[in-house]
Amino acid sequence: MTTLTTEYDAVIAEFDPIIGLETHIELGTNSKMFCACSAQFGGDPNTHVCPVCLGMPGSMPVVNRVAIESTIRMGLALNCSISPWCRFARKNYFYPDMPKNYQISQYDEPLCTDGFLDVTVATQDGPQVFRVEIERVHMEEDTGKLLHAGGAGRIHGATHSLVDYNRAGIPLIEVVTKPILNTGELAPEVAKAYVAELRDLMRALGVSDVRMEEGSLRCDVNVSLSRPGEEWGTRTETKNVNSLRSVERSVRTEMLRQANQLRAGERIIQETRHFNEETGDTTSGRSKEQAEDYRYFPEPDLVPIAPSQTWIQELRGTLPEVPSVRRARLRSEWGITEFDMQSLVNAGALELITASIDAGVQPTAARKWWTGELMRVANEQGCELEDLSVTPLDIAEIEGLISQGDLTDKMARSVFEGLLAGEGSVSEVVSSRGLVVVNDDASLIAAINTALSDSPDVAEKIKGGKIAAAGAIVGSVMKATQGQADAAKVRALLFELLGVKE
Amino acid sequence: MNDLTRQSAATLATAIARKEVSSEEVTQAHLDRISQVDERVHAFLYVDPQESIARAREVDQQIGRGELSSPLAGVPIALKDLLATKGLPTTCGSRILEGWRPPYNATIVEKLHAAGVVSLGKTNMDEFAMGSSTEHSGYGPTHNPWDLQRIPGGSGGGSAAAVASFESPLAIGTDTGGSIRQPAAVTGTVGVKPTYGGVSRYGIVALASSLDQAGPCARDVMDTALLHSVIAGHDPRDSTSINAPVPDFVAAALKADVRGMKIGVIKELQGEGFQAGVLERFNQSLETLTELGAEIVEVSCPNFQYALGAYYLILPSEASSNLAKFDGMRFGIREDDGKNRSVEQVMSATREKGFGAEVKRRIMLGTYALSSGYYDAYYGQAQRIRTLITRDFEAAFLQVDVLVSPTAPTTAFKIGEKLDDPLAMYLNDIATIPVNLAGNCAMSLPIGLASEDGLPVGLQIIAPAMADALLYQVGSALESALVDRWGGLLISEAPSL
Repeated sequence: MTTLTTEYDAVIAEFDPIIGLETHIELGTNSKMFCACSAQFGGDPNTHVCPVCLGMPGSMPVVNRVAIESTIRMGLALNCSISPWCRFARKNYFYPDMPKNYQISQYDEPLCTDGFLDVTVATQDGPQVFRVEIERVHMEEDTGKLLHAGGAGRIHGATHSLVDYNRAGIPLIEVVTKPILNTGELAPEVAKAYVAELRDLMRALGVSDVRMEEGSLRCDVNVSLSRPGEEWGTRTETKNVNSLRSVERSVRTEMLRQANQLRAGERIIQETRHFNEETGDTTSGRSKEQAEDYRYFPEPDLVPIAPSQTWIQELRGTLPEVPSVRRARLRSEWGITEFDMQSLVNAGALELITASIDAGVQPTAARKWWTGELMRVANEQGCELEDLSVTPLDIAEIEGLISQGDLTDKMARSVFEGLLAGEGSVSEVVSSRGLVVVNDDASLIAAINTALSDSPDVAEKIKGGKIAAAGAIVGSVMKATQGQADAAKVRALLFELLGVKE
Repeated sequence: MNDLTRQSAATLATAIARKEVSSEEVTQAHLDRISQVDERVHAFLYVDPQESIARAREVDQQIGRGELSSPLAGVPIALKDLLATKGLPTTCGSRILEGWRPPYNATIVEKLHAAGVVSLGKTNMDEFAMGSSTEHSGYGPTHNPWDLQRIPGGSGGGSAAAVASFESPLAIGTDTGGSIRQPAAVTGTVGVKPTYGGVSRYGIVALASSLDQAGPCARDVMDTALLHSVIAGHDPRDSTSINAPVPDFVAAALKADVRGMKIGVIKELQGEGFQAGVLERFNQSLETLTELGAEIVEVSCPNFQYALGAYYLILPSEASSNLAKFDGMRFGIREDDGKNRSVEQVMSATREKGFGAEVKRRIMLGTYALSSGYYDAYYGQAQRIRTLITRDFEAAFLQVDVLVSPTAPTTAFKIGEKLDDPLAMYLNDIATIPVNLAGNCAMSLPIGLASEDGLPVGLQIIAPAMADALLYQVGSALESALVDRWGGLLISEAPSL
């Protein structure tokens, strides 16, 4: 690792990286881009299909209005201009995962152009903001999935391949950045932060739930290196990088590889590369030197999209707060530092905390539970916070009981234990574990009296003004009530009984 | 009723509605005619007598229960074989689709079914509608009922021949550059290319999506109007279909009046390249129209000279993409020798074997025209020509109500005569292509026999987009004058086979 860091520093000292990202995200529409088939992930192979998404002769596409809306909203959220008139285009190439042997996409007339997205990267000198310029946002349809059989699951060595067209025709949005310059050593982090921000934005807009593990967000990562003052270097495009961590790693790996190549006096070949999740390496894909000719032309089976200004304004009105703006607002409302906020985001706690607050929990308490007790458990179990069997509503219920004096903090921990162990709802755990605050004065007074008579010397000390000695009596009362008494109340009753003022 | 196959669709529908004759009897009469003459004509690629009779009986029952009031209920029809028909072979005249039975119906097929029109079968065509003679069918040529040695036009030669040979009173054709009108002209029948978007394209295997349009074929203008009414209208499954009420074509045909109309003759579509006998009949028709009260004026459409060039860039470009799906992977034949070939090898071998020479020629033309570096010079330039041709029409329609021209430059030529000369073949559509490029509508109707060869000549009436009703109004006026003169339809002059 140390060598790697040093090696990386050496690369940065000699070269300027330029990165660019093309991100494909599956939209969360109910139906596919051009037909009424379900756009749900999964399903038995070839069950979410019809003549249209199977490309049957004679079938025709019809545009999904919700997909257009989602794309326009995404464009607006990315500060893009929305084209008043644009068309779909056919991208022609033969491949069996594409039923028509052309993909309906957008080419020289994208729906959204020229926007930007600000992303924040934590550095030793504090947070640094980078403005990532967006070239275009456009729509296209996804392809089917190939399963290579009779080999190692790859096309080489396979005896045959199976095709599942369930994914064919699922609406995709493609967001393309302009070249991102001047990121220096932070290039890998900026790439990762950009994709994370994009993901959060999609979720906030509700246009996609962005399940990266299901491949619903895929990145093509472009990297080139150049020596300061020289022309931009030749870029490579690492395809289908589909986790935040891999985005960061692939940029770093590619920078190191290209630097070695350049130092050895070799030229960088413009090509696509594959990212190996296990080794973190990239390997050569197909060369783009003889670029494939996709023979784009306007899709004649569809009419142009011409969103009216009224419609665009209407959609603008539905935009939620941009995630970065929202985080800044929450940070000031909660009075926490940028660093703390970044930790909440990284821990996947932000949405859970805000949901808890929305359910009535005080911000401090919400943060305390999610980043304390629950985070510890999640780490132990090696899972995400949101995967725990505790919900923001549970937190609200527990906090409600605490503020009514029906639960103590200690008992609350026991409730969480029960919830995490799957013992049922909050009220079920409370009753099955017998978690009831001993609250009636009579039984508390009886317990105090017992404790006092067990230690008459302590009683004298307190009466004599040694207030601190009260702790011992409170302790034995708590012990006698198995922790189910409110310590503050016991203390108050004790002083009252002894006629001592605190 | 006399020979049921010699009646018009309108007459048959009335008789069926009045229960003077059943749909089953009418259907059976046509099936008998098919088995009697189609061995020589070869209009049909697929006929299923049992299925047609079963459907006719069903329609008879529906009519009996008063459930069907459509104006064509019970009348048989022939469908061009590029309409997807659920469970029935659909080949597009190509070997590559041999054995394919679509899992769904074209919208037109559904509309015909709902209207109680009974399908007799699927008709022959040039492979994927590429051709003007039906010689490019993968299943052998169709013969012109007027002279079996001659072509019936194309690509919809099967549909036109089925109607002309009295095998069917009605047929559906499709017209990308003249494939309904030119066959109508050379077989002495009537064919209409509706305004682009007037009839749903859903389920019609696309040749060139921006040019294709399905339309009616029949022996007289009223029958085409009736059939057009049944198949027209907006279809949510075809976003290029027009969302507007369908005009009353039948009322327009009944009106049959050209008095006070200005009719334009397109200067560029006469003279050189046009057969003398064709021009002779055309000029006589102009006189007839004048006698009927129309004013004939000459208009110029200067950009029509570029139409053929633009068409043969746009059509192959779109076709090269539309036909990419025929790769042996999902439907039709698959050429695989079982020797563990790669997918590219199987696709390539399938297309090599399944496609005919003309299809390959056009796929190559289109692939070249769309390729990077050539796009602007070819496809882009062709689109600009298209705009200019549309403007020529717009300018012309400021001066006149409709335009007329000979439908085709010649009468039916001999089978094999132009097969080795694609350019000569392409010239057949010189008068029909501009209409597809501009997207407006046109009709071809018979105006007599050419004096030199005794073969039918067609006149083309062109109207502005969405003004299809005008075609029927003008067409039926001219037709009734000619029928009065001839004492019957021209088609009754055809050999009885």
